[in-house]
Amino acid sequence: MSKLFALLAILCMCASATATEIYGMPKLDIGKGGQCVADPQWMRKNHMRVLFQQRDETVHQGMRDGKFSLKNCIECHASLRDNSVIGRADSFCEGCHSFEAVKIDCFECHSSKRSSSLVQGESK
Amino acid sequence: MANHSPLRFKNRVFYTLVAAGGLVVLMGLYAAHMMEGHGHIITGMNNQIVWGMPHVFAIFLIVSASGVLNVSSIGSVFNKPAYKARAPLAGLLSIAMLAGGLTVLMLDLGRPDRIIVAMTRFNPTSVFAWNIFLYSGMFSAVALYLWTMMEKRMNPWSKPAGLLVFVWRFVLTTGTGVIFSFLVARQAYGTAILPPMFIVMSFAWGMAVFHVAQSSIYEWNEKLLDPYVQKRMKNLMGVLVIAALYFVAAYHLTNLYFARQTGFERFILLDGGVYPLVFWIGYFLLGNLLPLLLIYHPALGKSKSILFASLLIILGGFCFLYVFIIGGQAFPLSIFPGYQVTSSFGDGAIGLYQPSLPEIMLGMGGVGIAFLITTIGVRVLDFVPHELPKSA
Amino acid sequence: MSDTNEISNTSEQRRQFLKTSVGAAAVAIAPGMLMFDMAHGKSEAVSGKVRWGMLINTANCEDCDKCVKACNKENGLSGGLSPTDSQWVRKVELKDMRTGRSLALPMMCQHCAEPPCVDVCPTGASFKRADGIVLVDKHICIGCRYCMMACPYKARSFVHEPLHDQKPDVPRGKGVVESCTMCVQRIDKGLQPACAEACPNKSILFGNLNDPDSEISNKMRTQASTQVRADLGLDTGLRYQGI
Ligand code: SF4
Ligand code: SF4
Repeated sequence: MSKLFALLAILCMCASATATEIYGMPKLDIGKGGQCVADPQWMRKNHMRVLFQQRDETVHQGMRDGKFSLKNCIECHASLRDNSVIGRADSFCEGCHSFEAVKIDCFECHSSKRSSSLVQGESK
Repeated sequence: MANHSPLRFKNRVFYTLVAAGGLVVLMGLYAAHMMEGHGHIITGMNNQIVWGMPHVFAIFLIVSASGVLNVSSIGSVFNKPAYKARAPLAGLLSIAMLAGGLTVLMLDLGRPDRIIVAMTRFNPTSVFAWNIFLYSGMFSAVALYLWTMMEKRMNPWSKPAGLLVFVWRFVLTTGTGVIFSFLVARQAYGTAILPPMFIVMSFAWGMAVFHVAQSSIYEWNEKLLDPYVQKRMKNLMGVLVIAALYFVAAYHLTNLYFARQTGFERFILLDGGVYPLVFWIGYFLLGNLLPLLLIYHPALGKSKSILFASLLIILGGFCFLYVFIIGGQAFPLSIFPGYQVTSSFGDGAIGLYQPSLPEIMLGMGGVGIAFLITTIGVRVLDFVPHELPKSA
Repeated sequence: MSDTNEISNTSEQRRQFLKTSVGAAAVAIAPGMLMFDMAHGKSEAVSGKVRWGMLINTANCEDCDKCVKACNKENGLSGGLSPTDSQWVRKVELKDMRTGRSLALPMMCQHCAEPPCVDVCPTGASFKRADGIVLVDKHICIGCRYCMMACPYKARSFVHEPLHDQKPDVPRGKGVVESCTMCVQRIDKGLQPACAEACPNKSILFGNLNDPDSEISNKMRTQASTQVRADLGLDTGLRYQGI
């Protein structure tokens, strides 16, 4: 397991835009995008670690306003077309993960949808 | 070496057996795969009967794995040569059944992919976590013991290793009993008699399994078991069956003694539908009375009838566990004593359970694993008892 | 281009990609660590000064299931009633066998102070938060169901099937055990549990048991209330009146 993550850590750094072009890496639909909570390059490498850290703090200590929250990631990066980070070849999470052949374990339980879109949908 | 060629399976028989065992194992793995894909919805288990057929199989295998070591303990700890010659086979059977049982237990988890979590996170207050530790420790202990027996240079160590295994398996069976003993809120469990009961039952079941394995190996190799050894072992098995029966009786009688439990005893022994039936016919009649008759009746007690008796004892073990595990959960929890209770979540109602094919296949897969390991082990290594020539 | 060519091409690209990545990693680690550290300590952890609890008055609890409906909606439960469906709250109908008096009440996780489910859980997935809420960390739960065997109140459900369209604040999934969370996602926002809010008769009173001035503590001081199966000594966070 930990080897997998280590591999992911090394692999998931899509080094730069030029690298994307040169090595045929996935083109991602980054949704709204904008200013990330941390340096994007660093996030590519470390997002799983900070997400784990925050998940433990949230579940066990009820700390809910840390900046590395999965919900926040989805809020910015869900596609503007289907409000989701998975489901298509260029979806924000799925695109990179399937390129790197790393299984995403989050969305069996977590909603993959932008939550603001769900609130609107519900009040209709 | 030539004049003392180890007993081995003939080639054709061996490959047929391996193929058959392999097939059963594959079926079990396929069932587990289905259960992981579809979820436990394809089993008969539900929110009331949370442990089902896989647990019956797994607990039988694990408990017998500890019991079968009785044979080696009598040999090395108590120095009985007839048993000593059989200690390696007993060790092999133990490892095989432990592997089978644990695999079933693991593959039945809701998230078998997280087995690493179970190994690395350890909640010290959980009996279940202790058991994970006990089971894996058992593997190493028995493996060590086998090594000391099979490697000539290590022979002097086999006695202490045997002692270690002896102690370890007591703790292990106790632990298995304690899993249920700790469920204080459940009428069926939560009593201190369970650990000793499991220990004694493990002796009887383990002995029966050993007998079946031993007779089959001798049969396929066209050898005859020394009648003297046969007689000794069969008598021991009879005594163990009676002892186990005594504990089961004590378990039910103590339950009857506490007024709060009489409802449960009525259910399990009289009017609970399939459970009393399985208990009386399956466990009591077929699993105890008939084998005892086969063992002790003067006209019987030959090797064929002993083999048959052993098979029946194994059947009885499964019946007992079915009633104990599933029947025990089917009886409703008493959340509001003194009230009649109904709800949409099965409060106050007998739990319904219908074993499904995938879970039975998974359980059989565990038996298949045990069978495969034994068969291959006997073939590749020298596990078959060598009778020392009796001093004239 | 033939298929084999394409494959070897891809792996060549991957190798190249790896090389660049390793270089980039070395550069990225140092500032990364810094940011990682800064992320700590932004919000406060829940504390043991609070113990959340509920007082349920069965006298007002009538033949309705608004609390159950509210729970299902808040937590995204299907509301199905088959033996394999999750039910976090259920209405239980009781009839006293001697007097014939009947009553109804909502039954759910009692948020025990000495929870058997936590004691038996092999991985520590079942745990009690500092403020007394008993939860399952579904990231760690292996789905062994020992906690379901141990819970005296039948409060837990096992997710038997794959789920879809979960609520963003209430992740749920196949193969793990779940139960009433006291709507922890609402409590952390300063709201009360959905069931307490939904009850038309105010039969469910939510509050801090550790605060002597809270409404719930006042009421428990002046009126009789009981724990379900008090004989087990679990010190439940839910108390009932009228049973
Ligand atoms: S009611 Fe059951 S699930 Fe809830 S804390 Fe107590 S033992 Fe655990
Ligand atoms: S099912 Fe999950 S929460 Fe329950 S005891 Fe097992 S690991 Fe713990």
